[in-house]
Amino acid sequence: MSLHPPAKAWTYWANFLALCVLTVVTWLTARMDLGALSTPVALGIAVIKAALVVLFFMHVWESTPLTKLVIGMSLFMLTVLLTFLFTDYATRNYDVLPSDHAAAVSGKH
Amino acid sequence: MQVTEKKHAQEAHDDHGHGHELAHHFVSVEQQHDAGNLGMWMFLTTEVLFFGGLFAAYTIYRYKFEKVFEQASNILDPMLGAINTIVLIFSSVTMAFAVRSAQQGKSKAIVAWLGATIVFGALFLGIKYGEWKHDAHLHVFPTSDFNWTWAREKHAEGEHGHGHDSHGPELKGFVFNSPVVPANYIESDSRNPEAKQAKLFFFLYFSMTSLHALHMIIGFGVMAVIMVYAWYGYYTPHYYVPVESVGLYWHFVDLVWIFLFPLLYLLGAHLGAGH
Repeated sequence: MSLHPPAKAWTYWANFLALCVLTVVTWLTARMDLGALSTPVALGIAVIKAALVVLFFMHVWESTPLTKLVIGMSLFMLTVLLTFLFTDYATRNYDVLPSDHAAAVSGKH
Repeated sequence: MQVTEKKHAQEAHDDHGHGHELAHHFVSVEQQHDAGNLGMWMFLTTEVLFFGGLFAAYTIYRYKFEKVFEQASNILDPMLGAINTIVLIFSSVTMAFAVRSAQQGKSKAIVAWLGATIVFGALFLGIKYGEWKHDAHLHVFPTSDFNWTWAREKHAEGEHGHGHDSHGPELKGFVFNSPVVPANYIESDSRNPEAKQAKLFFFLYFSMTSLHALHMIIGFGVMAVIMVYAWYGYYTPHYYVPVESVGLYWHFVDLVWIFLFPLLYLLGAHLGAGH
């Protein structure tokens, strides 16, 4: 008897195949000029790939509710970090580089 | 008195009958396993925020300097990025099988699958080394040696199939002995504000990929230790948390790359050759 019955070997190979297909798809879509859609498409595919890795390779699909809560919390904290940082940058006029500052002072900006 | 208590504790410990499989502060092997697993996920949470800071910096500068970031990304080879993605995903598959072997109690199979994981991880780093060698040729390391004018010119030449250095720079100590950039290129860069923006992209590129590579190298060390333990049959279907934890760590490293690949390599892929 084992703690967790091992997963069927084919599920790992199927997951590998899906991840390879998605890698090729993301490359092909990146070569096309999708304009404003290119980033959402690239990140969307990356999120799907990440979900496949987390759920099946990292066995979160069958993990305890407490582990799922910790993962949820880590994503929540990351969202807090990014959201507050971006709202700050979006609502203030930062001089990001010294060259920007020089341009702003000389009135060329 | 004290001695007797000690002896008693010793006996109580041995009564579990699992040897090293169950530490005495756990009720059952299940509880012990879930606690160890949770601890590893806690660590990975800190790792998410560790890399998250770099991803945040990337996002801010990318929106600030959108055009130059795309041109800088175009310098990188998406083909090598894609091959490395698949190599790393394959190493995640071999890692998944190492954990599966641990669940089945097949000690020698754990050693073999971890060995395969190290081989494919090393292949990934080998490809990365080739990329860095080319980066040295293009002078895109974000040091005083960085030159955007040179990088774009050499990259365009390379894309059109001529002028490509077949030897390339060699590693001397910790630096590549790349050719010296002529003074007129340095002059051109000093008048071009885009050069600083491109340097920022490469600063982020090298920080993120080298931090990622460092994680892989640490992973190799941990795997090597676990291979020794596994070889001597230390892990059983009741006790394999260390194997599972290094597995989670390795899959996390894979996850980071899954996001780095589109953000760094594919950002400028639509520009085509010579940009």
